Amino acid sequence: MIGQIAYALPFLAQGLALTLWVSLLVVVFSLIAGVIMGVGLVYGPVPLRWAVRIFSDTIRGIPILVLIFFVYYGLPAVGLHLPSFWAAVLALTLFKTAQVIEYLRGAVGSIPKGQSEAAMAIGLTFRQRLAYVIFPQAFRRFLPPWINGVTDAVKGSALVSLLGITDLMQAINQVIGRTYEAMPLYILGALIYFAVNYALSLASRRLEKRFSFIRE
Amino acid sequence: MSTSSRNDTPALLDVANVSKSFGAVEVLRSVSLQVARGEVVTVIGPSGSGKTTLLRCVNFLESYDSGSIRIDGREVGFRDTGTRQRRSERDLAAMRAETGMVFQGFNLFPHLTAAGNIMLGLTKVRGKSSAEARSIAEHWLGRVGLAHKADSLPAELSGGQQQRVGIARAVAMGPKILLLDEITSALDPELVGEVLEVVRSLAEDGMTMVMVTHEMAFARDASSRIVFMADGGVSAAGPPAEILAADTDNERLRTFLARFRASHF
Repeated sequence: MIGQIAYALPFLAQGLALTLWVSLLVVVFSLIAGVIMGVGLVYGPVPLRWAVRIFSDTIRGIPILVLIFFVYYGLPAVGLHLPSFWAAVLALTLFKTAQVIEYLRGAVGSIPKGQSEAAMAIGLTFRQRLAYVIFPQAFRRFLPPWINGVTDAVKGSALVSLLGITDLMQAINQVIGRTYEAMPLYILGALIYFAVNYALSLASRRLEKRFSFIRE
Repeated sequence: MSTSSRNDTPALLDVANVSKSFGAVEVLRSVSLQVARGEVVTVIGPSGSGKTTLLRCVNFLESYDSGSIRIDGREVGFRDTGTRQRRSERDLAAMRAETGMVFQGFNLFPHLTAAGNIMLGLTKVRGKSSAEARSIAEHWLGRVGLAHKADSLPAELSGGQQQRVGIARAVAMGPKILLLDEITSALDPELVGEVLEVVRSLAEDGMTMVMVTHEMAFARDASSRIVFMADGGVSAAGPPAEILAADTDNERLRTFLARFRASHF
């Protein structure tokens, strides 16, 4: 049994690499899109606020699995054919973006209005106000939920196996298919996911400490 | 429209017929006010009379519905074309850099040190190197008696010290005019004096100031002119001795002063 698992390890490692790659893409794309849309939600003109609000509420109201199937099986109906890998990345990114929008809104919304006004009064432009006054203060509040979200992204990426993508989850299933050793392999898989996410949690705690400059 | 004050020198700040409503409430009713270079004008009046709103219109933290506000002949919030087209973000920022504002709640940036608060505008708006900005910040911190607190965070300072940093942050930018919005109202009584002392010394240096305050004694001593606002309009304006006289024939003002005396003495 140990021999069979050892034999499967390089294959699992490939799956893990794909899991991490999907997670990384989703985290980066959703961070960029979510911060931009979140700024639109907080500071934008009313029509833009509404658009972002509707996007966020709609996406968050749909189970992630439905979203994945919708993008992969549904979008071809309107002429958009995505390979399974990119369909999965897009669906997970949409899902995560909606969350990032809410983290950003909460974090920026917690900064008193007087901070923006003081920044305006010394002549900072909108971008400068965000960059030097609002974001540095909001960052500390944004970080904990966002890191939580990153670990969710790693775990949630297991769903891409449903589109036949050989990520860690799918690799485990395939090894089980050959060896009929379900329990040891699921435990191994759980340990690998745990190791990745625990490392992320530790890193986030470090970061939070480093940015706890405001005493309350 | 005239931009000269009654002393024939062009007014630095020229507020002409400014009106503003928040929904159905008219907070400013055709307010006009001219402030010459070096003048210290104090705005007094009951709460809700529009004092703070007026001040916030001067650096366009609030927009207004009609009228004009000019500093050195330039409209603050709208383009010079006279079309009431709002200035671009960049232009507005540049205009605001010419007016300093000190807030009732200090509004220091909590993630920056005292020096950092002052340096931010100097480096990002004025384009100074950080060494230059640091030396300017140290100069102004010295002026407000806080040279030794340059590297303290706002949370480590008392209210009076924070407000003095707030003043230093505003004046370090070299504004043409300084707006002081009830800057001692949030302070414990024993800390008020140190802040007013700084304002007094700036006035002696010839800094043009418009301040909203409830410190009548200070207003009497430090202002060149006092403006009394009531119900969104200027009800009386003149030299302190004239405005604060107990026997003024402006009934509103008399009532205000009587109430004020009753609650403060």
